[in-house]
Amino acid sequence: MEPLETKQAYQEYVDKKSPNSPIWKNCFNAFWVGGLICTIGQIILNICKQRGFDTATSGTIVSIILIGISAFLTGLNIFNKIGKFAGAGSLIPITGFANSIVSPAMEYKSEGYVMGVGGKMFTVAGPVLVFGISASILVGIIYLIFNTQSITLV
Amino acid sequence: MQKIGKQTIKFDNPPTILDCASIVGPKEAEGPLAKYFDQTLDDEFWGEKTWEKAESKIIKETVNTLISKSGIPSDKIDYCFAGDLLNQCISSSFGLRELNVPFFGVFGACSTFVESLSLGSICVESFAENVLCATSSHFCSAEKQFRFPLELGNQRPPTSQWTVTGSGAAILTKNGQGPYITHITPGKIVDMGIKDANNMGAAMAPAFADTLITHFIDTSRNPSYYDAIISGDLGHIGKDIAIDIAKSRGYNIKSNYNDCGVLIFDKETQDTHAGGSGCGCCGTVFSGYFFKQLKDKKIRKILLIATGALMNSTSSQQGESIPGIAHAISIEL
Repeated sequence: MEPLETKQAYQEYVDKKSPNSPIWKNCFNAFWVGGLICTIGQIILNICKQRGFDTATSGTIVSIILIGISAFLTGLNIFNKIGKFAGAGSLIPITGFANSIVSPAMEYKSEGYVMGVGGKMFTVAGPVLVFGISASILVGIIYLIFNTQSITLV
Repeated sequence: MQKIGKQTIKFDNPPTILDCASIVGPKEAEGPLAKYFDQTLDDEFWGEKTWEKAESKIIKETVNTLISKSGIPSDKIDYCFAGDLLNQCISSSFGLRELNVPFFGVFGACSTFVESLSLGSICVESFAENVLCATSSHFCSAEKQFRFPLELGNQRPPTSQWTVTGSGAAILTKNGQGPYITHITPGKIVDMGIKDANNMGAAMAPAFADTLITHFIDTSRNPSYYDAIISGDLGHIGKDIAIDIAKSRGYNIKSNYNDCGVLIFDKETQDTHAGGSGCGCCGTVFSGYFFKQLKDKKIRKILLIATGALMNSTSSQQGESIPGIAHAISIEL
């Protein structure tokens, strides 16, 4: 065996040598933790509705509470442990978004509040915001086009 | 001092490694080599406000420990070679700014410890009496610079390595009783096109093999000449790859080869995935463990090859591959 013959041969050899992430275990943990977070959100939503809030306000309250909990757990050095265990399960819900903003804010506090906390807060979440907002604008434009067409058709 | 073969330097009056010192962080203190280090820390900050300051303090205190252990005061040290992983090597220059010794900042990524020892040996052989060599790395400051904030809840792939928090330092002297640095083989930059910054072992293993084999050819030695062949921070995956590459070139190193990144952590209990890495990995394991083994005459001949990945976070975001480097020193009693 000659692993170093070409770069490509070496890459293939390294791929074979390197263990893969335990994908089934990761998927399973992501599934149940993500589901659990969403269930908690649903419970809060139901309670809010029972108390007489409309759906939109209840949804906002759910987001605020989940973001608050996630930011608090990030500060206590607990969220990164949940994230390590659950992966996408805690990353994809709004909890992951809160964590991605709070963690750089903590990390870069040593560089001051303006250039550190302020400047670096969105280093992780920045792409999510940019592409999230861009995508929503794009969808809005498409909706507008189709909507006007339907109006003209009528 | 003369050049032999393609790239090896052989010393006529080999410099002695007079003494070594090492300080490590809390995770290393839970590892299998904990009892060999001069000092272990309880927390990563060590009373400082930032990780960068903590790392500077670690290298500063390691050097202070070394000065008091070896009995060579700082005004008897002619030159200092030191480096680390932080941008522009701030840990070393900030940590050693009060030392008052002529300072050479060295950057060889994780190969810095052996690069410093190599340059220091050349100085001692040529004109200097005592030369200080030191390196450091810090898990938290390295994560901040190269990867993500610590509190970010993400997962590390199994091939990723854990940067060692710690510092190792050594004093080289002209007229000593050994262990001697008899040969150095400075390595070439070897790039086999690996782009995965989470698989440094694979990126550096070809450079390790290149330096290893060049050393054997230049010195007409073979693997069995050495009691131990030690790489800096290839980790578990890089170590396997290195054995395979050496074997394919006709050198069987399996029986006496090991890696500092493999030795410093317990893979099963410490969740360090592919093992330790960083300038401090080779620095602390050699200064703490192997130097004592040499002193106690438990091993008499070591080939120490520190490996480095010559990349930064910009180059990996731009999709560049990772050039590796490895420098070797032969230490004999």
